[in-house]
Order: sequence, then structure tokens, then C-alpha cells
Amino acid sequence: MTASHELGFVRKYIFSVDHKVIGIQYLLTSLTFLLIGLTLMLMMRWQIANPGQPVPVVGGLLESALGEPAGEGKISADLYNSFGAMHGTIMIFLGVVPLVFGAFGNYLVPLQVGAGDMAFPKMNMLSYWLYVPGGLIMLVSFFVPGGAAQAGWTSYPPLATIIPTDGQTYWLVAMLFIITSSLLGSINIITTVIQLRVPGLTWMRLPFFVWTEFVTAFLLLLAFPPLEAGCILQLMDRLAGTSFFMPHGLVVSGQPATGLSGGGSPLLWQHLFWFLGHPEVYVLVLAPMGIVTEVIANNTRKPIWGYRYLVGSVLAIGFLSMVVWAHHMFVTGMGAGIATFFQTTTTIISIPSVVIMTCLMLSLWGGSIRFTVPMLFALAFLSAFGIGGLTGLPMALPMSDVALHDSYYIIGHFHYLVAPGTIFAVFAGIYYWFPKATGRHMNQKLGHVHFWGSLVCMNLIFFPMLIQGLAGMERRMSDGGYNYSAAHPSNEGVVGALSGTVMQLNGVIGWAVLALGAFQLPFIYNFFSSAFAGRRVESDNPWQATTLEWQTPTPPPHGNFVQEMFVYREPYAYSLSHSTQPLTSTRKSNGSNGKILDFETQNQPVAMANGNPAKQEAPV
Amino acid sequence: MKIPYTSEIREDTGLYNAKIGMWLFLASEVMLFGGLFSAYVFLRIGAREGEWPHGLLNIPIGAFNTLVLITSSLTVALSWTTLKAGDFQRYRRLQIVTLVCAALFLGIKSWEYYDKFSHYEIWLNKPLTAKEYPQLAGHSTEADLPITSVVGHIEGVGPFETLASLQEAGMSTVKIHPDAFHYRLTALQQAERRKVEKATGVRAVHAETDEHANVSIDVSHIARMSAFVPKHGTFFATYFTLTGLHALHVVGGALAFAFILWPGARMWRDDPKRYTNSVECVGLFWHFVDLVWIFLFPILYLL
Repeated sequence: MTASHELGFVRKYIFSVDHKVIGIQYLLTSLTFLLIGLTLMLMMRWQIANPGQPVPVVGGLLESALGEPAGEGKISADLYNSFGAMHGTIMIFLGVVPLVFGAFGNYLVPLQVGAGDMAFPKMNMLSYWLYVPGGLIMLVSFFVPGGAAQAGWTSYPPLATIIPTDGQTYWLVAMLFIITSSLLGSINIITTVIQLRVPGLTWMRLPFFVWTEFVTAFLLLLAFPPLEAGCILQLMDRLAGTSFFMPHGLVVSGQPATGLSGGGSPLLWQHLFWFLGHPEVYVLVLAPMGIVTEVIANNTRKPIWGYRYLVGSVLAIGFLSMVVWAHHMFVTGMGAGIATFFQTTTTIISIPSVVIMTCLMLSLWGGSIRFTVPMLFALAFLSAFGIGGLTGLPMALPMSDVALHDSYYIIGHFHYLVAPGTIFAVFAGIYYWFPKATGRHMNQKLGHVHFWGSLVCMNLIFFPMLIQGLAGMERRMSDGGYNYSAAHPSNEGVVGALSGTVMQLNGVIGWAVLALGAFQLPFIYNFFSSAFAGRRVESDNPWQATTLEWQTPTPPPHGNFVQEMFVYREPYAYSLSHSTQPLTSTRKSNGSNGKILDFETQNQPVAMANGNPAKQEAPV
Repeated sequence: MKIPYTSEIREDTGLYNAKIGMWLFLASEVMLFGGLFSAYVFLRIGAREGEWPHGLLNIPIGAFNTLVLITSSLTVALSWTTLKAGDFQRYRRLQIVTLVCAALFLGIKSWEYYDKFSHYEIWLNKPLTAKEYPQLAGHSTEADLPITSVVGHIEGVGPFETLASLQEAGMSTVKIHPDAFHYRLTALQQAERRKVEKATGVRAVHAETDEHANVSIDVSHIARMSAFVPKHGTFFATYFTLTGLHALHVVGGALAFAFILWPGARMWRDDPKRYTNSVECVGLFWHFVDLVWIFLFPILYLL
């Protein structure tokens, strides 16, 4: 099944149709975008902690690159808005989604279902090569007149349309590229899972990670197009002068807006946006749940507790996530009836999420846990997701949401889900599958430095935000709340002015962001040095895992599997204390070194009482 | 590296890969047009009273175009069955009919667009009444109600002109041929007007039949002027966006058929099964595009 002829460098590494190469391309590109997003935030946090002070070290560079908005190396309010909008956009659409879906989905789904490649390899390549220009257009928009988009990652009109910058147009066009890219990716993943499962791999034998990617693909497939529709309409508003989102009687800076027909609705955009926006939240978090499940099963050496509940829950989340979107819009003044509906669906969707968390927690119970680096990240995911989930409950209820929605509380809440949540799961995945992709282990010591440093910093960044938000600090303020603080001269004696303690947290967060950035350096070094000079793996299955991706040569060649695959059992057959099966040559190749194993791989024939492997008829 | 089920059918799913892929793509297309149709409903429900235009689109032409598209869907279905039966020549003739239908549809659509682009609405500073100008009878329900905007063709003015461009050209008056009915009259009001005309025998003079029936309007009395372009209002914004996106889909489908028909025809010799499948997949897409139009026609032309 391997490629019979050598491909040139360009066909092999740049315009490759191999899902593994494309997965790694996605990984490197999206990690780069994460780094860019972090850098933007670092500069924003400087501005918040030290309003109006020139940015140290890079201030001059900023001014020469961006001109007026970064005059004297300071971050102006406009630039702050640009950075804020682009931080969100880059982190979500160019960082995390391509990471969990493009990188992990691409690399692992075909391997875990025993396929040689994706169902549509060329379309897979096209998907990546639509994502790249999308990202580049987004980055170029920093340098166009007026700078990048400034209306937040949600791009609410009329604000988005009346801000005089072409950056918003770039944002919309880039989004069209990204949406098309994820559309092709999701078609590919779904078709691969449905059509290319090897014989015997029934739906209930799929690794949970495949299930999460499968549901994620459906969310991307069905939820992104309404945003695409919204982007087309907003482009029409910008380029053809229509008024889809521009209401009658719009007044801009005290002047009635002229040259508009009016008659549109800003709420229409919010509906179209959040119809994507909420499923998108689950796009960000489902696949990481899948990664964590794989890592936990492997490192507790136990079957996952409640596999069927997990599958049921992930499907329930998939359906429910399509009917909760307007809980992002409680503050628009929607009617009580509609608000009640969305409050109800939102509280209902927390049930399957809690079921998943509970299953994963129970899976830890009584396990002899190997505290490997991936496992540490996976465990941190569980607690971070717990904090993020619980702090989300007040946002589900309009009564408390109205008070908290525009505060730092909500920023703390969703970052707990996405930063120490999703991104930790991604790190877990990288450390876990790195040996398969490269044939070498990542360095454990550097991994520990990376993990503990990141864990402390993440909590130092996001927990204070919850406190600030509850104290009444609004989000999106380019001065970090200085104008509302007790320290501001005009606020002397004002009840409810932000106290000194709350304001000091800005400094804490700022330093913690810098330290978080610093703690990523060991990871970056570890990643590249281990890829070329790390400790070589001792077998094709170094973690002694059960799923199919470990049954390939290391690293997997084009076409993946060298033998015919057939699946005989559920994905997590660990803790088998009474193996009756004699050691066969296939078992030795699983890293057993002749020892009795506590696990059975999915493609290992079921042992019969007489010791002969039975060729079992595969249910389809 | 060979991918299984590219043209042969997987037993448990009963499908080949590309067919699943196409159905998934269509699911996402349903959500795309679903989003746009929802936008239409949202904007129309939210429109002020009397603001949503009625009767501005040419229904017979739209109906004819619907027929053209349905015919093309029929020839696509027939061409696929003849291809399955192995008759390549007949398939090719049928597909040429499909492509002719697609071109006809797009041609008619462009003509409709052009007609709208050169059709104007003029909002007036100084209202007129149907009493002074009987040719504006179709613009209001009562003869002495003030008429604040006039709709029609402007003599000697092509498409896409604006108030600014007319002023720049040094025009001091415009001669507009008013339409028989103003869109702000609801369908019901228009019917009532027709009834009154019939009863009294007094007809709003039809612009096309009497060239003296135009209304001369001083440019200084024009508050705002717009051709029927997307910018005119939310109705035309919706109309042009939806039909424009639909037309792009027609172009895409036609290009795909043309590619399969000529440069891609070599595959018929090498792998006839896969060739037939590709016709089936693009055919699915074509039927979907047809279906979108079947929804677009009533919501834009009739309702």
C-alpha cells in the first residue's frame, strides 16, 4: 500500500495529499497563529496594566510597522481594538479550530479508523491551501489603511460597518476562505469515518476521539454556512451600500447616517453570527475531550468508564448546540419568552457536558495512573474545564447574565474552557502522539517545566479576571479600567469605583501573560529538538495503546498500514489481568518484549478457550 | 495509494464516497441558503408598514425562467439514465440542452437585472398629488394624498445613475415615465385601484402608450434618487444577493457539466462507472440549485 515512487520535495511536503503531512502542516501553521495571538495579547495586557506607556522593547518596531495608531510606541485605543478583535479571530478561527480539527482530525482520524488516507485527499490539500490564504489575508489587514478590523471577533454591525477601515473587508474575505476550508475538511472527515472504517470497526468500537471529530465535523458543516451568509450580507453592506444590518434612523457620532436606505437589523447579524458562534464553542472543546479520553484510558490502563454515555452525550451536545445560540444575546433586550427558551436549552446542554466530565473523572478511579506529561496535561484539562463549566452556569440565566455579560467575568469563564482547557488538551495530544509522528519521544523534563509553568500562569491570568469581573470591571476598555478606578482623580469618593486591589490584578495578569509566553519556549525547543534528536521509540507502540494508529510502522508511511486491518473489539481493552492467549509474534511487536500484556489492541483476534485465535465474522 | 469506494459501493452504507461528499456539501448549502432565507424572513417581518415592495418583478418572465430551469433538471436526469444505459451520444445531446437552458436562464436573468438597474425611484422634496398629475394615479389610493416618491423610467437616463451624477452632468429637470402602480401600494390596494379605474373609466395613463404622460421634475426638488440596485432598499438588497448567489451556483454547475462533457470525457473510456457517478453527483447539485430557485421565485416574485 506504500507509495511505489518517491515524490519530489514540493509534492511530498508542500502540496502533499497525504493526510499526515497535511495534519502536520495544519499543526505548525495553527501553532504559529496561537503564538501570534498570544503576542497580541501580551501587548494588550501591557497597555491594560500600564495605560498610555510606550510598549517596551517592541514599541519602536510597532510604530514603524503600523504607523499612526502605534504612535510613540504606545497602543492607541484604535490599535487596542484592532488587537482585541484580531486576538479573538486569530485564536479561534486560525488557531484552535485548525489545531483541533485540521491538525488532530487530519492526522488521527484516518489512522484510528484504519484507513489509508482521507476519502478525498486532493480536497484535503485544497482545504489547507484555503486556510493559509485566509490566515494571510487576516494578517495583511494589519497594514492596510485604518488597520485591522476593530469591532471585536464578533464583528457586530453597525459598528463593524461604520468604522473607517478596510480591515473589516479583509476580515470578511478571510472568513470566507476559512469557512470554505473548514467546509471541505468536515466533508472529508465525515465521509472518511462513514466510508473508510476497516471491517469490524463498528460505530460502538470507534475510539471516542473519532466520535468527537465526527460530531465536530457536523457542527462545522452545518453551523458555519449561516455565518458565511452573514459575511456575504456584511460584504454587501460594505461594498454595495446595502442596509442588511443598518437600521432606520442610524446616528453616527451625533450625525444621522446618510446615503443609506436603512430598514436592516443589527440583530440579524447577531443571530447569524451566534448560530455559528455557539456550535463553534463545542468545536473548540469536543475534540479536546476526545484527546483527553484517549490519553486517560492509556495512562490509567483502564477501559473508559461509560463509553456509551460518552458517545450519547457527544451526540446530544451536537444537536443541542444548535439551539442555544441566543444565550449570547440576552443583553440585547430580547423578550422574556425567547430568553426563557434559550435559558432552558442552555441549562439542558450542561447535562451531557457534565456526563462527559463525570465519565472521565470516574475513569480515573482505581487506576494505576502513569503520570506522563500528556497525562498531566489531560488532568489539568479536567480541572480547568470544571472551573470553566461551573463559572458558565450563571451566564445561562438571563438574570445573572445581564450583570456579568460585559465584564471580565465572562472573559475568565470562556478562557478557562479554551486556554487551560482546550489548549492543554492539545498539548496532551502533541506529547502523546509525537512518538508516532516522528519516531522519537519528547523530552520529559522540559515537558514538566512546560506543564507546571503553564498551569500556574494560566490560573494567575484567568482566575483574577473572574474576581475583576465580579467587582464590576467592564471588558473592552483600552485603559484597563483606569477611568473607573478609585485612583482616577474625578472618582474620589465614588461608590463602586474599582478598588486599588482590583486594579492591581491588572499588573499580576500582565506579568503572568509574559511568564506564560516564556514557559512556551521550552515547549518550542523541545518540539523541534526532539523531532530531530529525541530519544528514539523502542517499538511501534511505545505507550502500549490499544487503538489502530499504533499498529502502523513508525512514522506511518504514505498509505499508513502495511498489513490488512480487521477490528475485533472495543477501543479501550486495558486491565486484562488474565490473558489466556499465548504470546504471538504480533503481540511482541506491540512493545511487549515477551512480557504478559495488560491490554489487547483493537486488531488482535479474540482469544478462544482452546487458545486459537478465532477468525470472527465482523459485524458491519 | 488507493482509496476504497471511490466508484464502487460500500455494502453497509450503500454509497460511494463522492455521493456522501455531495450530500454533505448540499447539507451545508441548505444551511447557507437557509441562513439567507431566514434573513429575508427577518427583514421582511421587521419592515415598516408599506415599505416592502410589491409587484416590482416581472412574474411571467420569472415563471418562464422557472420552466427553463426545470427543463434543464429533466435533461440532467435523463442524461444520467441514458449514460447508465451506455448511450454516450444521447447523453451528450441531452447535456447540451442542459447547458443551453443554463445559458438561457442566465441571459434572461441578466436582462431582468439590466431592466432593474435602469428603473428609478425619485424621492421628492415637494410632494405631488394625483389630482395635478393624473398619470401618477397609480402612486396613491386617493387623488389628493401627497405623493412623496415617483417610480419609473427616466427619459434619456441609462442604468446606475445617481442624483450626484445627474447634477454633475448639468441636468436641471428629469422626465420620468411613472409606472402604472407604485410598489408601496399593497397588492390589495392595487387591485382596488384597478376596480376604481374600471368603474370610473378613468385610467392612469400608461407611460408606454403616451409619451406626453411623463412627469417633469426639477432636479432641485429631488431629495434622493436611486435606481433599483441593491442599495435601493432591503428588498432589492435581498433580491440581488439571493438571486446573484443562485446565479453563481448555476454558473458553477454549468461549468462542472461542461468540464465533464468535454475535457473530462476521456474518463468515459477509462472508467465509465466513475464517469457516470460524476454526472450523478453534479446532477444532485444541479437539482439542488433548481430547488433553491423554486423557493426563490415565490418569495421574491409572488409574495
